[in-house]
Amino acid sequence: MRIQVDRDRCRGAGQCALTAPELFDQSDDDGTVVVLDEQPPPALQEQARLAAALCPNSVIRLV
Amino acid sequence: MSVFTSASYSSPSLPMQRSSPFDPPAEYRRLREEEPVSRLAFPDGNVGWLLTRHQDVRALLADARFSSDRRRVSSPVRKFPIRPDAPAVRAGSLIGMDPPEHTRYRHMLTGYFTVRRMRELAPRIEQVVSEHLDAMERAGPPADLVTAFARPIPSLVICELLGVPYEDKERFQRCTSTVLRLDASEDAISAARDELWEYMLDLVAAKRQHPDGALLGSLIQARAADTALTDEKLAGIGQLLLAAGHETTANMLALGTYALLGRPDQLRALREEADLADSAVEELLRYLTIVQFGTVRVAREDVDFAGRRIRAGETVVASLAAADRDPVQFPEPDELDLARPTSQHVAFGHGIHQCLGQQLARAEMKVAYRALFRRFPGLRLAVRPDEVPMRDDMFIYGVHRLPVAW
Repeated sequence: MRIQVDRDRCRGAGQCALTAPELFDQSDDDGTVVVLDEQPPPALQEQARLAAALCPNSVIRLV
Repeated sequence: MSVFTSASYSSPSLPMQRSSPFDPPAEYRRLREEEPVSRLAFPDGNVGWLLTRHQDVRALLADARFSSDRRRVSSPVRKFPIRPDAPAVRAGSLIGMDPPEHTRYRHMLTGYFTVRRMRELAPRIEQVVSEHLDAMERAGPPADLVTAFARPIPSLVICELLGVPYEDKERFQRCTSTVLRLDASEDAISAARDELWEYMLDLVAAKRQHPDGALLGSLIQARAADTALTDEKLAGIGQLLLAAGHETTANMLALGTYALLGRPDQLRALREEADLADSAVEELLRYLTIVQFGTVRVAREDVDFAGRRIRAGETVVASLAAADRDPVQFPEPDELDLARPTSQHVAFGHGIHQCLGQQLARAEMKVAYRALFRRFPGLRLAVRPDEVPMRDDMFIYGVHRLPVAW
């Protein structure tokens, strides 16, 4: 699994950083998503899927 | 083009009659099952649409063909528009903006409300909660939970975050409360908005002279060279964040407490299992969805939506409360289940406007409910349930008072 994000569409709601704090953070500058680990280990893949599902702007893609 | 047609006489208005304090009006269930995209008559005579399914509400709020421009939408519960040309309504009020203007504001502000920043705020929230519980304990029962706990905690926290003097709380609480009252006259609302607006302008002017490290002062310092960030815009930002920051969480705390008091088993689990705090907050948000009349959008163009044609200029109401009780998304939706797995509730909205302060609200709720029930394990209503005055008459649902003893 690989995490791709479209930062241009991110509005910083923070659902990803809340749901999967080991995979996502937010920029101090504008609150938009920062990916901490683009290739989540198996143990964190369910969290990645949940974060993608919760994102209000469908910013996160898992490929 | 006038949309004041025969449809305005035959279309129903927004369901508002509740039959229980915690459930949305039962009419939403019928609509969701029989006519999920239904015609809706607005008090100003216009006719638009009402969405009650979870999937449709999410689709609408993520659809750029619909605008949030407050100058163009009808209110589902008021006859008059909120004087949308007044500067106090327009400047800085990002909830009524579309991209790209909305995006600039959102990027400017979101860094102050990230998950990490709100986590750093947790010790201060715990301290504030603890001080209010101490005061309740000292004064002894009974107490009104709204004035002793639910309202002051988020008010104090948002004041500190923004840099608004908490001593001025009576003034701004009175103003925001007027604006949120359904039966307030147009003049009363304008006067309250103007008063809050003047107050914020004075505050921003003072921060320009002596900027502090809180949000407003920090914005002023960080963007000193940005001439587009006028005092009016800063005052608008301050006004919106102040109102949104204390009214919503305050009502979640009081109404959530009331809901939990009727479910001793769930309450015991919340008190004893620290792991339950996160899912409990999400479930209370879903179950109570206090933005009770939903959120509105207006079609920029003709849009084919869920099998109906929505015409340009028509207002669409997304019922957040109905969506959050949709059995397709939430099994047994009318049950409060604090252990319910994380779900896509829309209590904070969806799409680009999803609540800016949601991580602050979560941080406050996570600390406050648990601390309250741990401090007062015997907390109970001090009146009969039918004596608890519900906020059917306010934009944000909740209780006006919650007399409790312990």
